[in-house]
Amino acid sequence: MRNTARLPRPLHPVAWWLWASGLAVAAGATSNPVLLVALIAVAGAVVGARRPVTPWASSYGAFLRIALVVLAIRVVLYVLLGDAGGSHVLVRLPQLPLPHDWGVRIGGAITEEGLVTSLEDGLRLATVLVCIGAANSLASPARLLKVMPGALYEVGVAVGVAVSFAPQAVASLGRVRRARRLRGRRDRGLAALRGMAVPVLEGALERSVDLAAAMDVRGFGRIGNVRASTRRLAAALTLLGVLAVCAGSYGLLTSGAPFLLGAPLAVGGSAVAVAGFAVGSRVSRRTRYRPDPWAAPEWSVAVSGALVAAAFLIASHYGLAGMDAAANPTAVPDVPLLALFAAAVALLPAVTAPPLRLYRAAASVPA
Amino acid sequence: MIRFESVTATYPDAAEPALRDVDLDIAAGQLCLVVGSTGSGKSTLLKCVNGLMPHFTGGTLRGRVTVGGRDTRTHRPRELADVVGYVGQDPVAGFVTDTVEDELAYGMESLGVAPATMRRRVEETLDLLGLADVRNRPLLTLSAGQQQRVAIGSVLVMHPQVLVLDEPTSALDPPAAEEVLAALTRLVHDLGVTVLVAEHRLERVVQYADVVVHVPGRGAPVEVGLPVDVMRTSPVAPPVVRLGRARGWAPLPLSVRDARAAAAPLRAALAEVAPPERSPATETGREIATARKLTVDYDGVIALRAVDMTVHAGEIVAVMGRNGAGKSSLLSTFAGLRAPAGGTVDVDGMIPWKLPPHEAVRRVGLIPQEPADLLWADTVARECADAGNAAELLRELAGPIDMDLHPRDLSEGQRLALALAVVLSAAPPLLLLDEPTRGLDYEAKERLVSMLRNLASGDRAIVFATHDVELVAEVATRVVVLADGDVVSDGPAAIVVTDSPAFAPQVAKILAPQRFLTVADVEAALARMPA
Repeated sequence: MRNTARLPRPLHPVAWWLWASGLAVAAGATSNPVLLVALIAVAGAVVGARRPVTPWASSYGAFLRIALVVLAIRVVLYVLLGDAGGSHVLVRLPQLPLPHDWGVRIGGAITEEGLVTSLEDGLRLATVLVCIGAANSLASPARLLKVMPGALYEVGVAVGVAVSFAPQAVASLGRVRRARRLRGRRDRGLAALRGMAVPVLEGALERSVDLAAAMDVRGFGRIGNVRASTRRLAAALTLLGVLAVCAGSYGLLTSGAPFLLGAPLAVGGSAVAVAGFAVGSRVSRRTRYRPDPWAAPEWSVAVSGALVAAAFLIASHYGLAGMDAAANPTAVPDVPLLALFAAAVALLPAVTAPPLRLYRAAASVPA
Repeated sequence: MIRFESVTATYPDAAEPALRDVDLDIAAGQLCLVVGSTGSGKSTLLKCVNGLMPHFTGGTLRGRVTVGGRDTRTHRPRELADVVGYVGQDPVAGFVTDTVEDELAYGMESLGVAPATMRRRVEETLDLLGLADVRNRPLLTLSAGQQQRVAIGSVLVMHPQVLVLDEPTSALDPPAAEEVLAALTRLVHDLGVTVLVAEHRLERVVQYADVVVHVPGRGAPVEVGLPVDVMRTSPVAPPVVRLGRARGWAPLPLSVRDARAAAAPLRAALAEVAPPERSPATETGREIATARKLTVDYDGVIALRAVDMTVHAGEIVAVMGRNGAGKSSLLSTFAGLRAPAGGTVDVDGMIPWKLPPHEAVRRVGLIPQEPADLLWADTVARECADAGNAAELLRELAGPIDMDLHPRDLSEGQRLALALAVVLSAAPPLLLLDEPTRGLDYEAKERLVSMLRNLASGDRAIVFATHDVELVAEVATRVVVLADGDVVSDGPAAIVVTDSPAFAPQVAKILAPQRFLTVADVEAALARMPA
């Protein structure tokens, strides 16, 4: 008998996001460009194998471009302002004479070490961005919001509406540009942009009001027969818990904070918040249509992500050779086999995630 | 089921109430049609039913509206969601999620319907509305007809006792409109749902209605009655009714079938006379626009496939075809909004998409589906000043208009006239209109028809894309039918529309095989006959 969990279906979005976070954490734990490139390649391969045919799936390309821009900015910033550590001077730019105690320099020597370090730094940021992009295109944020616990549903909707603002604005920009052209005005350039901003914002705002009405008409936010006191209790518990967690994590991360402000507050806060969710979920009468199941493929995807993160963190913690390439930037870095093997594990989802049922990619032509 | 007790509804900052002292009682299981001119308060009446007026629109509501025993004063729209399903004029504005299945399920999730029931109802609705093969598609990639059916389905799945629809067929081609109406009548007959529909295109709906509510506007009392009774005197009436009234048929026919039975003597009489000639300028005026082997594609999806078409001065060409057939692509390529993937376009001797905008507007003007898109000033006067000499043109097109109004506060017809004036101020020899009659009542449509006739006389050609067969019958000299990116017929209007039942106007259906398209044609022919 064929395993039903392996039949074509979209994977649980949380699994994809866990997997991608694992990759991102791993990227944060190393500065070895070989490993970083390996992580990017892994993310790209999995996206290529399991990306659905939806408009949001194409956001991967946008994230790749943003990642390149970030890398470039990091290098340009180094060239302009970076500190001139290292001895292999490549080029000496004219330097702006600034008072020494400002601690900043503009122009001056560019060293091989500095350039390599900034490249590695930029590459690390870029890799994290690529991981987020991969999660975005494999499971849209909208699908992730759908699995929020009932008590957080309203928050999820607010985030969802905010997220949908950008595509709405893009669509309305298209209409406004077309209208400008039809009225014989320029539709490109800075002056044109000024004339278009107001109608675009107006359109997006109108759309939000329409959306609010549409949701209300379809029963969003129905109170039903739940007592007002129960609702208030849930809201109060959730708010209190989240506040306590915030304060607690501040205490944990700040040295010299009183002990009580640290772990106990964070743990206690989490407990209160969970209680709030529990009460809130009882209040919410919402049901979920075709919830994504959590089965073996989900486990394999999530665990493969966790394994990569764990392997990289452990390797970095024990100072495995090659995890930190910055020690000798100009030499070709060692490649720790353990880490490379772990990165390869993250390729598993390309096989273990169920294939997608493709809808017919038929006409997307506006009428 | 739906009960209005001396309801007066006033919008904020409005001097006059939109509805005054309305009393209504609509029994369960009826299909009730709301008719009236634009701005008469039809939409307001519909919004009162589920409490959108006044909970979302603002303003005040006096009197009492109850639906299934629930008072809209104490029940906000969301608390009525299980009783009333409401679909607004623009289906896209009502979408909450991004894919078809999610959109159908959304309302049931809010109501807390059990998952197994939800799944079953979604499947039933997909079948009922013929959406099964697009179930996973993103909503924005659907055709207008599919979107409208999803919007209807998304409230149907909640099994409401009352369904309220504001112009459900205005964006649909005739076959798609038939499908939606067939689904609605099935709901009324099989499931006992009460349906309240506002519609301008009475020719599509009136024969299915059990009750007609005529909202005359300007505070005049609302008239409720059987369709036959209301139609006898209503100023808004479909061609079948106007022909019936003109010929004095009793009982007044509402459907083509009844009218054909009454029209046998008329058909015999008209067999003796030739239908009026209506393509005066074809092939005689100069060539204004030409497309040769024109191919347009959107990311690999072909919208137009090697289309050849020439438009001459004096012609009024109607482009028809189902939603997504390539009508809008044709217009926007002529307007220079997009470059063709293959072939050539020539407008007034120039290549439109290569012209800078200020040059292009003097060769070709396009009124988009939503004329308001073209307008950006905050008063009519400024809008006209911005476009040069548009104020004078506007007066010619629409008569006197309060120049200090915001364009948004104009009626649909006036807004269309303003957009026309703005575009025509550059005097383009080619005028394109995309679905110009969407949201227009019969009166505004009549004015549009005379505007178009005047504009086409002289050195100008008009091309419009439409689903409105009655408009085509009134004004077009030539009809081009597109299907799947190909031209499937191209010829004089009278021949093309009478050849296919889907695109035939009511009068042509009643009088077939005689080729008459409008009531005016019939009257003119009869007047020429020896008594």
